Amino acid sequence: MIFVSIFLSFLVANLLGYGGGPASIPLMYEEIVNRYNWLSNTEFSNMLAFANALPGPIATKIAAYVGFGVGGWGGFFIALLATILPSAIALIFLLKIMRKHQDSVIVKGMTLLVQPVITALMLVLTFEMFQDSYHSIGIIQSGVIALVAFLLLQKWKVHPAFVIILAFLYGGLIVPHLS
Amino acid sequence: MYKDLILGMLRAGIFGFGGGPSVIPLIRHEAVTKYKWMDNEEFGDVLAIANTLPGPIATKIAAYLGYRQKGTVGAIVGVLAHILPTCLAMVFLFSFISILSHSPIITSMISAVVPVIAVMLGLMAYEFGEKAMKGLGIYVGIGLTIVCLILLQTFSIHPGIVVLVFLTYGAFHFKLKEKFIHKKERGQ
Repeated sequence: MIFVSIFLSFLVANLLGYGGGPASIPLMYEEIVNRYNWLSNTEFSNMLAFANALPGPIATKIAAYVGFGVGGWGGFFIALLATILPSAIALIFLLKIMRKHQDSVIVKGMTLLVQPVITALMLVLTFEMFQDSYHSIGIIQSGVIALVAFLLLQKWKVHPAFVIILAFLYGGLIVPHLS
Repeated sequence: MYKDLILGMLRAGIFGFGGGPSVIPLIRHEAVTKYKWMDNEEFGDVLAIANTLPGPIATKIAAYLGYRQKGTVGAIVGVLAHILPTCLAMVFLFSFISILSHSPIITSMISAVVPVIAVMLGLMAYEFGEKAMKGLGIYVGIGLTIVCLILLQTFSIHPGIVVLVFLTYGAFHFKLKEKFIHKKERGQ
């Protein structure tokens, strides 16, 4: 019975969470805190802070933590399954159709017209990230890190993971001593 | 190769600080630049369709990349490599690190990564913008990008809906263009 509740709660939160992981956080809160009382309000925000400190997608980390807490390893996998499976299958199915007809003018037109939308979406995300960064470490730090990252990535073609590690070290060793 | 799939998705999962969006440029680096599983254009399609569907973006893309390489088993392997390390960390390290997640050093470590992610997203925007201009012409490409920005930012229309509208028009784009050229020729 508990597995059914776990499955349904994460299924609902993610199917209605239209717009990626962050959009489903309030819906998960509704299910986890208000409906099933699996976590208290404070526990939820502590968990969210922790989930934000770890890398990778947020929604799956929340599902793993709550699923494990409520139903052990069974709960862990069922919560993850409910979070990932439906939309992953839908994506695979839709893209399979598109690839099958990739030479048709219809699919070619769709592929072409999607480019400006992706450009705009990425610009919006870039802007939001810079804004976040400006609020947390200020304009000078953000600018210097961004410039160095740009040179490393674009000019010297360093692997992104390595650039992230460098930023991590800089953030841990130098940023706290600057203010 | 399963090894490439696992390594690529693993790296994208454990270095993507800042939630789903920060993972996108990392996944693209593995899939397009490093392992050349697909070209940038196809990745754009994947990203666009992923945006029209509910649920987390990164896991959907990981599942599709795995499926494209190795079928259903590949999809499962791709997703697990992408999410399992951090999901396990969530379970095992919680009490241990929840104290640390409030420490100023950890917070500034993570904030220092944010501008890097911003640059990666900006570079992606540039590449897709270049493609848009090549395919649609400079003026139409820039014009449509601005229209999208206004729809997304000024009118706060959901990205999935904007993608759907453009996909729908895109399906008729070449037919309409042909008609338009025919008309012009007849007019001359």
